[in-house]
Amino acid sequence: MAFFNILIFPGFVFLGAYALVLAFLDRKLYARLQNRQGPPWFQPLADFLKLLGKETVIPVDADKKMFVFLPVLALAAVTTSYLYIPLWGTSSLYPFEGDLIVILYLLTLPTLCFFLGGWYSTSVYATLGSVRVLTQLFSYEVPLFMALLTPALLAGTWSLSGITQYYAAHPLYILINIPALIVAVISCQGKLERVPFDLPEAETEIVSGAFVEYSGRLYAIFRMAIDSELVVVCSLIAAVFLPFYTGVAIADFGLYLVKTIAILFIFALFRSVMARIRIEQMVAFCWKILTPLALIQLIVNLVLKGVLA
Amino acid sequence: MNSKRITIPMGPQHPSLKEPSCFTITLEGEKVVNAVVGVGYNHRGLEKASEMRTYIQDLYIIERVCGICSHTHSTAFCQAIEELAGVVIPPRAAYIRVIMAELERLHSHLLWLGIAGHEIGFDTLLMYSWRDREQVLDILAMLGGNRVNYGINTLGGVRRDLEPHMVDDIRQVLNYLEEQDKYYIDLALRETTLAARLGGVGRLSHEDAIKYGAVGPVARSSGVHTDTRVDEPYAAYSEMPVNVITDNHCDVFGRTVVRVLEIMDSIGIIRYALENIPDGEIKVNMPRKIPAGEMLSRTEAPRGEDVHYVRSNGTDKPDRVRVRAASEANWHGMAHMLEGDYLADVPIIIAAIDPCYSCTDRAFVLSDGNGGEQVWDWQRLRQYSLDFYRKRGVDASKLKIAKQ
Repeated sequence: MAFFNILIFPGFVFLGAYALVLAFLDRKLYARLQNRQGPPWFQPLADFLKLLGKETVIPVDADKKMFVFLPVLALAAVTTSYLYIPLWGTSSLYPFEGDLIVILYLLTLPTLCFFLGGWYSTSVYATLGSVRVLTQLFSYEVPLFMALLTPALLAGTWSLSGITQYYAAHPLYILINIPALIVAVISCQGKLERVPFDLPEAETEIVSGAFVEYSGRLYAIFRMAIDSELVVVCSLIAAVFLPFYTGVAIADFGLYLVKTIAILFIFALFRSVMARIRIEQMVAFCWKILTPLALIQLIVNLVLKGVLA
Repeated sequence: MNSKRITIPMGPQHPSLKEPSCFTITLEGEKVVNAVVGVGYNHRGLEKASEMRTYIQDLYIIERVCGICSHTHSTAFCQAIEELAGVVIPPRAAYIRVIMAELERLHSHLLWLGIAGHEIGFDTLLMYSWRDREQVLDILAMLGGNRVNYGINTLGGVRRDLEPHMVDDIRQVLNYLEEQDKYYIDLALRETTLAARLGGVGRLSHEDAIKYGAVGPVARSSGVHTDTRVDEPYAAYSEMPVNVITDNHCDVFGRTVVRVLEIMDSIGIIRYALENIPDGEIKVNMPRKIPAGEMLSRTEAPRGEDVHYVRSNGTDKPDRVRVRAASEANWHGMAHMLEGDYLADVPIIIAAIDPCYSCTDRAFVLSDGNGGEQVWDWQRLRQYSLDFYRKRGVDASKLKIAKQ
């Protein structure tokens, strides 16, 4: 059963399939918001298969082992983190105390892989992209962690399943966490490297940043990791901030799809109404606006914790 | 060599450049400390080609100097020839030339707005403004028969007349564009991420704009009051209500503001021209052979002042044709604008002059510095290329090529 869970559902295969669905919805929504037609439903799959069939070029100067290993590690980390997120109920498959930290740690791994992948490519564009990946990581990671850990503080547990159960029992408490939700959604744009925080990829400046030397199968795996990360992040936000459940597994699964797609819609909206900002603006925004907002939330939750207890 | 500095080549092939050119950018962190502008990848020999053909045939070539501002080039060229031949074009033709020129400005500025959006990662703006640009292109196709190289100019007037039903169509599109442009003006002046990205970027002060000889919207956004349509009215511009739109931001934001406001102004000019267009002929006959002489003709392209020089020698072919496209004047300040800004701003600074690479590129002669010219013949060029590749491990000397 564990094998089935990890490999088929809700693990690798389901995550991959849902990632392609969300990638399609993202592109379609983005296109419709821009007054365009958008791609057909199979476009992300077609892109993925096409990339798989393309020649993989590894630069002469690149570290071959690391260059090949990093995309796989990124995808593996994302897929693993998905197993600890509650999908159709208030409990994930393998909950344990502290799994929220593990999820956040596993979600940082792909970002590090992007950095190292770019660094080992030894191209100037890739190096610049990598430096931007790291700079960006240090800016959004702190507000993102604080935004996700403050609800945990109120719930009194470091387990994501525990948090979900707590808020499912007290649905009104999520209203307290609305500032944290806003911080989380915005800093996730940085995590997912989407407009306005898509600086590491910035096509018009550094071509595609850290991924510039990646091609063929390896790039396909990287793309899959990025698309899967979108699913994981949407699910994580849904689990922490939108804990509404009916108690029926099928209905809850439907509700999960609705929640993730709703979050994706907000993400697509962000992407279509904003311009890419500069790296120094990004750092300033994260440290001067997002982090103080998350800190206020932290203080509010600490006080409330005392009041409610 | 400072190890903290890295040099990255932007081009000749780069996603933010639509045509080949190479910007060698030296960075310290993300800051540009040095920029070298390298144009010259796209020489097409248009001037020489024009000198080998008749004036009528040249119209076809001159129209293709630029893919965006094709009308302004052919207008400048026609004006020079007409002046040399002592021909005055009918007023109706002059009005049609103005209408085309302003429609061209509309489509060029909308195109620029989209590209500017794309360069700063704001693709929604690109999609919106290009959707609106389509309407202008449809009108241009209706008037001239083509979407970009309209071919409406001919020596002594214009080729096609303006029909009454076209006037209604143009008015409809103008009404639509006016609404859209109000939105763009609002967007440019108030959108926060746009203002944050464009403000203070690519600065070119009033003095520098004059020093580097900037033209068009780049100069006007630095507060330089210059517009060929007003300074030296051509076609029917002396009768048109042209406002010279200037701005004092001196940066990319100012250039955006000038362009979106100019769209509004162009709409007004086209409306006025449609209202007051006189009846009559659209073309007068021109002699095939143009009397000897030389003429400098200036027009205001969407990108700035466009200068054509023509020297005739009494035959049906020009003796010398020289085109100074608007972008050529704006390149000189580019390195100055780039230095001190962030790498993230390089694409938008380059795009902000609305550059046209192939209009600018001309042939250059290798010189030994003592005035002696170096001319390489075919054999020497071939030997150079063989040696070039042999150094890199490729031996092409066995390849058979056709005798020249």
